[in-house]
Amino acid sequence: MIPIAVSAPNLSKNVFMLKPDPIIPASPAPTPAPTPLILKDGALIADRFTRLANDEGLIDGPMIVDLARLEQASAANQPLGVALTNTDDVSQLAPYLPRLDVIVLHFPKFTDGRAYSQARLLRERMDYRGEIRATGQVLADQLAFMRRCGFDAFIMAKGDPLAAWQRAISTFSGVYQPATDPARPAFIRRREAKATKATKAKE
Amino acid sequence: MYQYDQIDRTFVAERVAQFRDQIARRMTGELTEEEFRPLRLTNGLYLQLHAYMLRVAIPYGTLDSRQLKALAQIARVYDRGYGHFTTRQNLQLNWIRLDQAGDALAALADADMHALQTSGNCIRNVTADHWAGVAPDEAADPRIYAELIRQWSSLHPEFSFLPRKFKIAVTGSPADRAATRVHDIGLVLKTDDQGRIGFEVLVGGGLGRTPMIGKTIRDFLPEAELLPYLEAILRVYNLAGRRDNMYKARIKILVHEIGTAEMIRRVEAEYAAGGASYLGNVADEVARIAAFFIKLPYGAAEPNPQAYAERRKSDPTFRAWVHANTFPHKIPGHSIVEISLKPTGGIPGDATSDQMDAVAELARLYSHDELRVTHTQNLVLPHVALADLPAIFDVLVADNLDTPNVNKVGDIISCPGLDYCALANARSIPVAQRISARFSDVDRAHDLGEVKIKISGCINACGHHHVGHIGLLGVDKNGEEFYQITLGGSEAADAAIGSLLGPAISSEGIVDAVEQILTAYAELRQGPERFLDTYRRIGPKPFKERVYAKA
Repeated sequence: MIPIAVSAPNLSKNVFMLKPDPIIPASPAPTPAPTPLILKDGALIADRFTRLANDEGLIDGPMIVDLARLEQASAANQPLGVALTNTDDVSQLAPYLPRLDVIVLHFPKFTDGRAYSQARLLRERMDYRGEIRATGQVLADQLAFMRRCGFDAFIMAKGDPLAAWQRAISTFSGVYQPATDPARPAFIRRREAKATKATKAKE
Repeated sequence: MYQYDQIDRTFVAERVAQFRDQIARRMTGELTEEEFRPLRLTNGLYLQLHAYMLRVAIPYGTLDSRQLKALAQIARVYDRGYGHFTTRQNLQLNWIRLDQAGDALAALADADMHALQTSGNCIRNVTADHWAGVAPDEAADPRIYAELIRQWSSLHPEFSFLPRKFKIAVTGSPADRAATRVHDIGLVLKTDDQGRIGFEVLVGGGLGRTPMIGKTIRDFLPEAELLPYLEAILRVYNLAGRRDNMYKARIKILVHEIGTAEMIRRVEAEYAAGGASYLGNVADEVARIAAFFIKLPYGAAEPNPQAYAERRKSDPTFRAWVHANTFPHKIPGHSIVEISLKPTGGIPGDATSDQMDAVAELARLYSHDELRVTHTQNLVLPHVALADLPAIFDVLVADNLDTPNVNKVGDIISCPGLDYCALANARSIPVAQRISARFSDVDRAHDLGEVKIKISGCINACGHHHVGHIGLLGVDKNGEEFYQITLGGSEAADAAIGSLLGPAISSEGIVDAVEQILTAYAELRQGPERFLDTYRRIGPKPFKERVYAKA
């Protein structure tokens, strides 16, 4: 079984207990938690970012802070992420986007789909190109939806992340509607097929 | 009608495979019931009082004979030989086994059908006017846009976990046979003064615990802008709709709480910011879909063919059936035939597999292989030449499908109620059966004219009681079934929420109460007034006095 990061459903946004990156001089950590592994591009990788709780001091290294401390944290010169709640208005991030490497969007319950819209707005409206990371109750059967809305990193709540990824990319060979991903919806594929046919008929 | 291409077929086949995998993971325990629930609901699989129920999507209520025969066969093999047509123009099978659900869905897929998004907090199977394409009063064919919406909404990645279910209805006619004013989004097709096609867009209608009539947020939306505009509405709702209380989570509550003007402002702002970026335009796709629908494969026929005229003259039962169950068609010499699934004393909307086969065969022989399901739980043969009516009637008589009561007092909408449903407080079906038995006299029913009775077994209002001319709502009173009466509702162009008449009536007394209301109407009506018109003219008082006189 691959160790996976423990999500914290029902806890407020600032109580997020992930182990700090071992390279960083340790702030006193309680019991060692499993190293958070992030599903990204179909592989499990270690998280180089430290998710800071609200009362933790800023650190000298890659960190993820809450929206309230983004202004302060963005002054430092190191890789930076911000964690939103799913009621935050993403347009508040506009001035910081060039500075951000990671935006964490949260699913308090897998049935609460607000973060799908947040992700699409960040990608399509605000043209954000960095990492969008899903946390919370991130389950296998929603990965494909998240991916289509612009998420590219996932901390899975349970199950085998690699098997989930395989399912997400292979279950459906086509889509019906445009979203953030490059998949061409059915109406465009049909138009292309028609054009190809017309060209062939001419030849 | 619309025909699947390879893209559509591949999609439903992959969907079946996905659901089989999900069922397998549920059975091994990899998925908890809590995790599985939304997945099975998105596939139309409910856990009811006694068994699983599978709700099959019949997009905009349109299907061909092959599909209806497939449904009949699925009901035979995986259920008990019958099915229940619903107010969402769908078909419910009430006795499905979980371990066979995948096979049932595969059989559906073989007939180019699915159960996708017939439940769950997603964009539900889209509905449309059941006279689409043949109604004399239609501005444009709503099925074209309903099919466009069906595809666009299928596994929409952004809108599959909305605050609550989301229902869209499309009508092409000002008469509104699709109940668009009581949907989350209602679309009314119209043409502008330059002849361009577009939609009046209504938002925030709905029934349930808090019935509301939809508000117009756009008078004219050009057809090309439909999908991006829908996305703007859905995005506003997905982000701002309430999630703290499932009874306040529908878009109607959002519209109510922020007001129509603010809703318009938010939707238009979202649309202005994002609408233009919608990937590609769908004009080619609209044209491709329209090609399946626009051409009726027949011209005018004889307006009064001999066989038809003679049978009308000689056979009063045929005459009564033609009078009640056939309707004007836009092509001369043709007729729209509505087949009542409301036999006297029967279960509204139920059809046996054999009846489905018989109707499918009629469609194949006499209706250019096409059928409709109505939101009033009946079936329609939309393309019938008048000369064929006698032959059709004979088959219907043989299969007990000839009840001449469309839009009459016996044409009752009823939810499944406590006989099937885990949510119900009271039974609905037996009340419908008793009312239809009480008014089984054809002449009396015809004299009473259009009366829409709708019965719900609980406040979730699946039987649409709020918009019944006479609505009955089952309530539990100290363990006994009682029924509240509302009068004056309508789901049509004159949409209104009915008003409560008075205290709830016992199950024993409810049929008498309905009879007293209709007797009062028969005495008090003026000229050709329908019951609804009389009620609206004179108000509740005379009806109240009759119903509660003895109490």
